[in-house]
Amino acid sequence: MSQLIKGATGDWEIVVGLEVHAQVTSKSKLFSGASTGFGAEPNTHVSLVDAAMPGMLPVINVECVRQAVRTGLGLKAEINKRSTFDRKNYFYPDLPQGYQISQYKHPIVGEGEIQVDLTPEHSIRVGIERLHLEQDAGKSLHDQAPNMSFVDLNRSGVALMEIVSKPDMRSADEAKAYVSKLRTILRYIGSCDGDMEKGSLRADVNVSVRKPGAPLGTRCEIKNVNSIRFIGQAIDSEARRQIAIIEDGGTIDQETRLYDPGKGETRAMRSKEEAHDYRYFPDPDLLPLEFDDAFVEGLRAGLPELPDDKKARFIADYGLSAYDAAVLTAERETAAFYEDAVTHGGAKRDAKAVANWIMGDLSAAANAQNAGVAEAGLSAAQLATLVDLIGEGVISGKIAKDLLLLLLGDDRGAEPRALVETRGLVQVNDTGAIEAAVDAVIAANPEKAAQAKAKPGMLGWFVGQVMKQTGGKANPQSVNDVLKAKLGLP
Amino acid sequence: MTDLTDLTLAEARAALRDKQTSSVELTRAYLDRLDKAKALNAYVAVTADAALESAKQSDARLARGEARPLEGLPLGIKDLYATKGVHTQACSHILDGFKPEYESTVTSHLWRDGALMLGKLNMDEFAMGSSNETSYYGPVASPWLPPNWSVDQARAALHGDKQGLLTPGGSSGGSASAVAAHLCLAATASDTGGSIRQPAAITGTVGIKPTYGRCSRWGMVAFASSLDQAGPITRDVRDAAIMLKSMAGYDPKDSTCYDAPVPDYEAAIGRSVKGMKIGIPREYRLEGMRGDIEALWGQGAQWLKAAGAEIVDVSLPHTRHALPAYYIVAPAEASSNLARYDGVRYGLRESGGDIIDLYQKTRAKGFGAEVRRRLMIGTYVLSAGYYDAYYVRAQKIRTLIKRDFETVFAEGVDAILAPATPSPAFGIGEKGSGDPVEMYLNDVFTVTVNMAGLPGIAVPGGLSSNGLPLGLQLIGRPFDEETLFALGRVVEQSAPRTPTPDAWWA
Amino acid sequence: MSVDQATVRRIARLARIAVDESEIPHLQGEINAILSFVEELSAVNVEGVEPMTSVIPMKLPMREDVVTDGEIAGKVLANAPLSEDGFFLVPKVIE
Repeated sequence: MSQLIKGATGDWEIVVGLEVHAQVTSKSKLFSGASTGFGAEPNTHVSLVDAAMPGMLPVINVECVRQAVRTGLGLKAEINKRSTFDRKNYFYPDLPQGYQISQYKHPIVGEGEIQVDLTPEHSIRVGIERLHLEQDAGKSLHDQAPNMSFVDLNRSGVALMEIVSKPDMRSADEAKAYVSKLRTILRYIGSCDGDMEKGSLRADVNVSVRKPGAPLGTRCEIKNVNSIRFIGQAIDSEARRQIAIIEDGGTIDQETRLYDPGKGETRAMRSKEEAHDYRYFPDPDLLPLEFDDAFVEGLRAGLPELPDDKKARFIADYGLSAYDAAVLTAERETAAFYEDAVTHGGAKRDAKAVANWIMGDLSAAANAQNAGVAEAGLSAAQLATLVDLIGEGVISGKIAKDLLLLLLGDDRGAEPRALVETRGLVQVNDTGAIEAAVDAVIAANPEKAAQAKAKPGMLGWFVGQVMKQTGGKANPQSVNDVLKAKLGLP
Repeated sequence: MTDLTDLTLAEARAALRDKQTSSVELTRAYLDRLDKAKALNAYVAVTADAALESAKQSDARLARGEARPLEGLPLGIKDLYATKGVHTQACSHILDGFKPEYESTVTSHLWRDGALMLGKLNMDEFAMGSSNETSYYGPVASPWLPPNWSVDQARAALHGDKQGLLTPGGSSGGSASAVAAHLCLAATASDTGGSIRQPAAITGTVGIKPTYGRCSRWGMVAFASSLDQAGPITRDVRDAAIMLKSMAGYDPKDSTCYDAPVPDYEAAIGRSVKGMKIGIPREYRLEGMRGDIEALWGQGAQWLKAAGAEIVDVSLPHTRHALPAYYIVAPAEASSNLARYDGVRYGLRESGGDIIDLYQKTRAKGFGAEVRRRLMIGTYVLSAGYYDAYYVRAQKIRTLIKRDFETVFAEGVDAILAPATPSPAFGIGEKGSGDPVEMYLNDVFTVTVNMAGLPGIAVPGGLSSNGLPLGLQLIGRPFDEETLFALGRVVEQSAPRTPTPDAWWA
Repeated sequence: MSVDQATVRRIARLARIAVDESEIPHLQGEINAILSFVEELSAVNVEGVEPMTSVIPMKLPMREDVVTDGEIAGKVLANAPLSEDGFFLVPKVIE
């Protein structure tokens, strides 16, 4: 499918690669015992090791190793049972050691891939180059005073997984979908919470352009993009910038840039001389990291069902469409909620109906609360019962919507069957009552009734009137049928 | 009349237990003596009040019969060790005013065992040097008089610029001088390329660098992480065994520290060396070697033979590459380890510009010339385009050096006997001003041991042709310090007694 | 192998050590003396030899994921040349 951009001199292809930095979910840091908790007072989650005091030494946190391996397994990647740590040397106030402990030559995870489904017709496989563990840096605040920067080392030393993709993406949409899928996988595994606002997930975006079929162009790196939306915008604006330069007869300088969402464009970072000579060498305070097959297999056995597998199973077991299955499995909690609701009480109710309720009304309510579907206030059991009530004809779909609002509002936690009774929401199914209501409406509107034969669209108006007549409780299907019969419509 | 400060550590330990003296008396004697020896410049900080307070508490414990292994014994601590609340600067200006909020593992072991600290000892800045002349606090004078110098001459130099007086070696120059001049019972030191063994050898004291990983490096200002090791400098081999037993041991805070119990090293003193195979490495016989050193080496072999050991010729083919390889690996690691001295979180800060100015000015002002040289070399050999040719290559050669030793040990050799230094002590100001490499050559016999991670001990063997102390070095198998103590004791007993220098400085 | 003055300036910059122009030639001489000294290593046969990774036979020890440290802001800032409100202060850094 063509994602080419039209330039003045013809079509251009965008090539995108992403380096995602994911903060590892762990209680303490990668090489120190200080807490990784967010939002603490400055320099309180800092040990002497994090502050790089003279004589301090790193000791690795086994949980960070496990999280990296679990993630590697989730990316269907090569797990390297022997990897080494290297020092990346540079000077910056939020880098107290004057070097970052990272992995350069021999990372813990090698090649893998992610399946990214944008739409049923547009699916790509994005290759993973590698995943390695490294320390995060501290934070500098530049806006607290006119001439000084304020340095907080709380984040210094927190474990990061750097996940490097191959340059397999060809558009902003593909890149956004990739990050979204990667984030889903990380959240499923529990190795990163993927909260981009908090900074748990950040991306460095590599963009280059070329004429289709031509060799790769020079790429520019846009650093530290912290929302999926901005990733898309940055790619588009950077691609346009590069195309404009080339079409004007210029060449692209390989450089590091920042995306400015306010201006909607990328700008070069303050130039750094000696263009990054990091002088990588193996960290002599750390021996090579080694573990055996048993370690890896133990972690594999403990992995939850991953998104692709769950999605395939939902399609097979519940007859859902690829789209619906994708939406429901985007968050592990939502998928669990869905499955609990469908299978609640050992029954197997209308899986599609449950899906629709979740993706429609419940999602809307959840979004309004800024919560996930599973935390909106409705339990899986309640939802299951709601769907059952519709299935049994006790309530109509319309009534169910009202019921849902009650369960999320005034009647939070109520048992739906009981609530239907107490609130008098039982649907009117009695054909006699419905016929009587229909007769009353037709009798009150003889001209419209006569026109209905010629204008079948008027049925809707009549349905509305009958519903009003019955206080909204008539079984809509029955109303439809009776009206059609009495109006003489097919 | 025996001065209290004449007692060795073992003798003092016994004297305290037998109530012949008290820790307070002993500590006072040392504080008095070191105060009179200020001009030697062995100490950069003296903690008299804290020492006497500790001594009092030790005396109380001794009275209650709760004496720990080093109860009440006054020690000197090299300025490289983090000592809580006390001057810790690795004798560098860049750590101006730094008083750590933490205690190094090695020194905390000593305090756990009841010892007390007299003060911090001078050293080459960041442990980079072989003569203690790079210290921010100025050079240390060895208690040994230069050959043919009168006492008056020496005193004059001592209170002047010290030129011509003997260096005690380095980087643990303060430690060696203090031990040799009886300004402490024993001292902690550190060895990256020979910084325990070389000073010990040229001051007539004993120094042991244990196997890499035997002692924890946590809380020691790092110079070259894969080479640094803690160790003691003492008056005799028994004292070294007692000190090492306390200093050594597993520390989970150091990922390179070996997890194995510490043997009772003192029990190895007096153990028979009959049947041990001692290797004499032919490559250590350097061209132009001093006659007295070569003679002492041969003499040492004879002593061990007389004690029942078997002397064999061995080959360590890559020996001559160790020193150049060391001067790539050590500076490289140092260039990274010293990046944290940037004026941001502690120590010296030179303000007045932007952040880059802060870094550059602070580090230019804070580091001495030798440190700057090594940081530049280290940065260069790690830089793009040079990493493979220099650093990687040097690390491969290191593998070969270690393999040489492994081969020899696999042939049944228990220890290797070699000289410790290419010469006796030299004068302050005599070396290194023209060519930095001249100073580096002092480490030629010692660096191989750090490169291979092995234990090495220097024991006094006799005097040079000009009457200055010379040491013999024994190199052992990994974690076999006991064999070194046993052999070292034999050398010590066989060698003519090295005299204690008179206190000409007081 | 030897270094020219431009390289000396570059290395000094990488190492963040200010070097006065007048010092450059002397520093260049010192560095070249050391490089001369180590030059002989280029002739050593290192075919098939692995660079040393660890001098003693040990596996990297790992610690359990427990918070055992931190909450010592006072100690962390105790030796700071300049601090305020719990932060380290440095001249403003512009990205």
